[in-house]
Amino acid sequence: MKENQKTYWKGVEQLTNEPSFVKNAEKEFPEYLPINENGEGSSNRRDFLKLMGFGIAAASLAACETPIRKAIPYLNKPVDVDPSIPNYYASTYVNGGDAVSIVVKTREGRPIKIEGNKFSSMTKGGTNAQVEASVLSLYDKERLVGPKKAGAKTDWDTLDKEVTAKLGEISAKGGQIRIVSNSVLSPTTKRAISEFSAKYPTAQHISYDSSSAYGISEGNRRSFGTSMVPSYDFSKAKTIVSVGADFLGTWISPIEFTKQYSRTRKINAEHREMSRHYQFESNLSLSGANADYRTGIRPSQAGPLVAAIYNGIAAKAGQEKVNGGNAGEVAHVTAVINELWTNRGAGLVVSGSNDPVVQVLVNGINTMLGNYGATINVNAPLHFRQGNDQDMSSFVKDVNDGLVGAAIFFNCNPVYDSADGQALQAGLAKVSLKVSTSDRMDETAALVDYIAPDHHYLEQWNDVELRTGHFSLVQPTIAPLFSTRQAPETFLKWSGKTAEYYTYLQDNWRENFFTKQSDTSNFQTFWDKTLFDGVFETGGDSQAYSFDFSAVPAAGTSIAQNYKRNGEGLELALYEKITIGNGSMANNPWLQEASDPIAKTTWDNYLTVSQAQAEEWGIKMDDGTTEKVTLTVGNTSATLPVLIQPGQAAGTVGLALGYGRTNAGRVGNEVGVNAYPFITKLNGANVYDVFAGVSVEKTGESYRIAQTQTHQTFMGRSNVIQESTLSAYQKDTKAGREYPLIYKEGEYIKPSKITLWGGHEYNNHHWGLAIDMNSCTGCGACTVACQAENNIPVVGKEEVLNRREMAWIRIDRYYSSDAPVDDLIALEKASENPEVTFQPMMCQHCNNAPCETVCPVAATTHSTEGLNMMTYNRCIGTRYCANNCPYKVRRFNWFKYHDNTQFDKNLSMNNDLGKMVLNPDVTVRSRGVMEKCSMCVQRIQAGKLAAKREDRRPVDGEINMACASACPADAITFGDLNDKNSRISQSLKIQEKEDGQGATERVVEEDRAYHVLEEINVNPNVWYFTKIRNKEKQSTEA
Amino acid sequence: MLSKKLLVRFATACLFVCCFVFSGQEALAQRDKIPTDEAIIKNGEGLFKEYICNSCHAVDKKLVGPALAGVYDRREVDWILSFVKSPGKMINDGDPQAVALFKEYNQVMPNQDLADDQILAIMAYVRHTEENPPVEAAPATGAVGDGTAQAGGVPSEYLNVIMVTLIVVLVLLLIVLVIIINFVGRYLKDKKELTENDEEIVNEKFSITAFLRSPTVIGIITFLVVALAAKNVIDGLYTVGVQQGYAPTQPIAFSHELHAGLYEIDCQYCHTGVEIAKNANIPSVNICMNCHSDIKTDSPEIQKLYAAQESGKPIEWVRVHNLPDLAYFNHSQHVTVGEIACQTCHGEVQEMEVVKQFAPLTMGWCIDCHRNTDVNTQGNGYYDKLVEMHNATSKTPMKVADIGGLECAKCHY
Repeated sequence: MKENQKTYWKGVEQLTNEPSFVKNAEKEFPEYLPINENGEGSSNRRDFLKLMGFGIAAASLAACETPIRKAIPYLNKPVDVDPSIPNYYASTYVNGGDAVSIVVKTREGRPIKIEGNKFSSMTKGGTNAQVEASVLSLYDKERLVGPKKAGAKTDWDTLDKEVTAKLGEISAKGGQIRIVSNSVLSPTTKRAISEFSAKYPTAQHISYDSSSAYGISEGNRRSFGTSMVPSYDFSKAKTIVSVGADFLGTWISPIEFTKQYSRTRKINAEHREMSRHYQFESNLSLSGANADYRTGIRPSQAGPLVAAIYNGIAAKAGQEKVNGGNAGEVAHVTAVINELWTNRGAGLVVSGSNDPVVQVLVNGINTMLGNYGATINVNAPLHFRQGNDQDMSSFVKDVNDGLVGAAIFFNCNPVYDSADGQALQAGLAKVSLKVSTSDRMDETAALVDYIAPDHHYLEQWNDVELRTGHFSLVQPTIAPLFSTRQAPETFLKWSGKTAEYYTYLQDNWRENFFTKQSDTSNFQTFWDKTLFDGVFETGGDSQAYSFDFSAVPAAGTSIAQNYKRNGEGLELALYEKITIGNGSMANNPWLQEASDPIAKTTWDNYLTVSQAQAEEWGIKMDDGTTEKVTLTVGNTSATLPVLIQPGQAAGTVGLALGYGRTNAGRVGNEVGVNAYPFITKLNGANVYDVFAGVSVEKTGESYRIAQTQTHQTFMGRSNVIQESTLSAYQKDTKAGREYPLIYKEGEYIKPSKITLWGGHEYNNHHWGLAIDMNSCTGCGACTVACQAENNIPVVGKEEVLNRREMAWIRIDRYYSSDAPVDDLIALEKASENPEVTFQPMMCQHCNNAPCETVCPVAATTHSTEGLNMMTYNRCIGTRYCANNCPYKVRRFNWFKYHDNTQFDKNLSMNNDLGKMVLNPDVTVRSRGVMEKCSMCVQRIQAGKLAAKREDRRPVDGEINMACASACPADAITFGDLNDKNSRISQSLKIQEKEDGQGATERVVEEDRAYHVLEEINVNPNVWYFTKIRNKEKQSTEA
Repeated sequence: MLSKKLLVRFATACLFVCCFVFSGQEALAQRDKIPTDEAIIKNGEGLFKEYICNSCHAVDKKLVGPALAGVYDRREVDWILSFVKSPGKMINDGDPQAVALFKEYNQVMPNQDLADDQILAIMAYVRHTEENPPVEAAPATGAVGDGTAQAGGVPSEYLNVIMVTLIVVLVLLLIVLVIIINFVGRYLKDKKELTENDEEIVNEKFSITAFLRSPTVIGIITFLVVALAAKNVIDGLYTVGVQQGYAPTQPIAFSHELHAGLYEIDCQYCHTGVEIAKNANIPSVNICMNCHSDIKTDSPEIQKLYAAQESGKPIEWVRVHNLPDLAYFNHSQHVTVGEIACQTCHGEVQEMEVVKQFAPLTMGWCIDCHRNTDVNTQGNGYYDKLVEMHNATSKTPMKVADIGGLECAKCHY
């Protein structure tokens, strides 16, 4: 039965078989139940009597009088707003240099949920955790409610008058004015800024990005003569090589890339081909976790490695080789070169390095391979992350030299998130006029004279050019909550223009974009159509670019000079988490509590180190308990906990940016440490790696990291993850499948043949889910989407440590390796570079549900549509169901998380502003009840009703779960198994029932589809598709 | 004789007057210009409701405005056409008939955005109604109401009759038993050959005190008292939070009896969400203003609408139907898909001066209805296959309960 030789493990605790793990693994709930806040003893008899007395009095009082509840209708009901009917508006998520086309769901005029815009040819309806969570930031109490002057309240007229006067004064004296921002993606905003520059001739616009792509644009300038970040098409690539670029997680346009990438990972019996992905990196990133072959390298090897690949390709292409230093022994390089050469024109090499010279070589590789025009498009470059690191550095220098008269910080926070933040902070006092348009009193805004707060993106009109010729409109979905004003309008005002920004925007579109289309001659028609679709495309240019090989030798020399392996010293690699990102949304508790896909951590950043390194330092990690160390690079140091990260390249440590905020708000402040000061410079660009001078000292201080990882384990049941390799799958579509058999009366039979269950009749619908583990990248967008859709509370770090996180859908991340993990040496080997598998896990809606049978009050029951229903008002909180759930997906409300000051980080339930984000169709659960995935029953009911009202059956795809709809990889398919033509029935290849078969059991012909824990025959309505790796053989190390 | 003469004279006078009157109207008689085509009448009926003419006018009686019957006898068609379109202008222009109407009713009818043929269609409907007075319709919802009352099982009046009969029978039985015991006792006393034990039993005197003090009796009585008290407490607890009959005073004394009853304004005219949404919607002030910008403008209650409009503060109605938050109820499912009359759950609102909660709104009440109600599947493609499958196994019509209408997650999520 056991064919799979691999060992799966969820964390190093399991590998090392720590006593605490063994102890906890056997228990659903930890032993300690610290419910008492004061921590002293238990309540005594008197407390009990008091509570009893109060309870009876309260109950009788409550029963006496009917509470009067008001029903307040509109005074003048807007035509389009009907209570309880959601309206959807196409808009665009904008945060710094990032933008995504979205559709905003509003209820009674309040945005409550973000969905992807399917009309967008880039993201095609995908979102990520940050986009999903951004709606909560709108209702953040920490937002400024109006303009401020020197920290005190003021009004817009005063602010405008004073700022304009001072600007005029400075400009008249010839003083320098600077507008500092992240990449501005809006063409109309850029126009407004140019109006400002026209009025104040000394004004200059400086843009920077906290996660810079300056190396790419500068590299392209050196290669092609134009600064740009080209657009990529991973969907056309057969061989994908990434050197440190986490393109599925955080690199430039991850949602778009995930959409494209996942298309190359979908396989079935008819289509047995998939892309092969090589990743070379230091930290285990999301892309690395999904790669077919992953090689751990030191950051200082990245440059020489790219040079080595360049040389390998050049040898085949007949080009000059380059002297680019010595990468040393790096696994898979030869295979990469050969495969890239075989798949010329269908390969893609990307590098996350921000060093321009590395990017020059990467461009050279792609040029020699003929990938330009196939997988890379320079004629429609992406507009994200256009910031110029050198401009920013010289701005900070100018500030410190006292050369800047006025600085306007336009929606950016450089004191916190730029490489030169500390220098800027020190010099800012020398600037006579400092203005910020920040929405909160952040690190930069706290140091300025005036704050002219901008609208949240959900409150404003704007436009965005995501890539050349691809526009997306931003439209307000709610009237501004506070006395804020749109920043571009502020610029217009200060330039002496009185135009409202909406008019200005329309005028700009009438002049510039309306003329680029020929569908209609009526501007209003064009505008309405664009607003409805959300996106408008004109296509890129047709300029011819040619790669300049003369830039290559210099690039090689630079690499040879700068990338030297400095013996055995430590190297530091900074990275962004897919949840917190650059830290601008640090005050968003949904993101803080969303667990990191790889480390499964919440509410923290930490130093990721390899098992071998931790061994060397004598640091152990057990159930999240670890030690704090002091990390020092030059003059910068930070004290932070260590996290043992399997897959961390030897000799490297990793640290996430975006933490350590001091002025983000009560949720984001003092979470983790700030890593921005560790950014270094190389060839004029900010580089997120430190090659030398990294030292780590133990402090001996103990610390606990809140992980969601080791909470649940499948206790060695081998068929939870079923996987195989592409070569095996090509031969046999059942590759990797396990078919558990049960011994009965002398023979082995299928588990479903022995059952006490009668099954269910599903005459109407039979809802089910199919999850493709081959597509799932583990990004966690589904988790946050579910949180927003289903009013899931945030419990805070303490409660996560108590294993009481509430997420209805979690992504289980399993490491696996061939090596046995019995002893320490083997463990080191096993955790050196493990394979990673992601498995989204939610209620499996079992047809033979173990939870249903044990509930003493029938609070959880089965529906005639295949759902396992949970009735909160019937639940008395015995938690028997959770104990009996083989998938550990039930969540218990240990506390009242709403209207409870002890959970004030649960923003969406603890103040009137935050509560506006709640989904009115889903109950906010109270203390003492169990909850779990409902398969978005509110969406099912709404979809069915819409169909009934139109006298028809629901159309496949019309009803979708929040997780499935958010998924950028289309890994989750939801549908009706009774509908033969639905996507889920097609993908599972559902057949007609055989005679005498149980009513519930489905005949699934798809060989890849399996049930987790099939042997216990709970018969779930959720199927998983085997994970197929594009490897030659099943192994971690070739 | 004199009286007879007088009578004749009076009659003649009457005749004369009548002739005069009729001849005068004869000159104006435009009735024939009003179409009698079926389709036009139907259209007119629709328009009459759509433009809520019925909120101020009835065919046969005077409401806010005059009764419309015979208006085509009283006025020129052209006059009617121009008056309907812009009555205010005609009054200002000093049209004598318009001014007379204004003086009589002290109201200006709002301008109606109607085409000539639409006005004629409405007239056609008025003429049709006048010439074929409607037969008094039986109350539409009586049957449904009874249905709900009987849903629980045996009606209560029968229950009482059965109880009384049972008690009478029991008492009769008791009397018969006592008589038999007396009779047997006396008979046995007369007999001499009794054993000692038997004699004791026969001679035993029945003592009421001893009977009452016997532990059995005390036990039974205590049990009955406790059981009754417990039942009352439990029954009482079940009614906690049940607000059947709740009829709070509203900030504006709005009468459904007047609007929905007398003027027959459709429920949907004001409760706009009822066919499309979860909430039926309490009308916003702008809906009230559709009529009340011109009608009864002086009423202090209507003045409250103007005050709200001016101050920008919406009216805070007191919610009558307070379904708990944990229960999801969708009006459109029941009204549009199920085609259930509003009165089924809300009672005869058109007869309520002050709206009160008609149904208990308890879960038992919901469930009862789901058990007993046939699904309205007619012409709805959603149900076709379900009906087919249901009919294959059952002879009774498909109830809501048969398609999962009793499941928790249909209402609780």
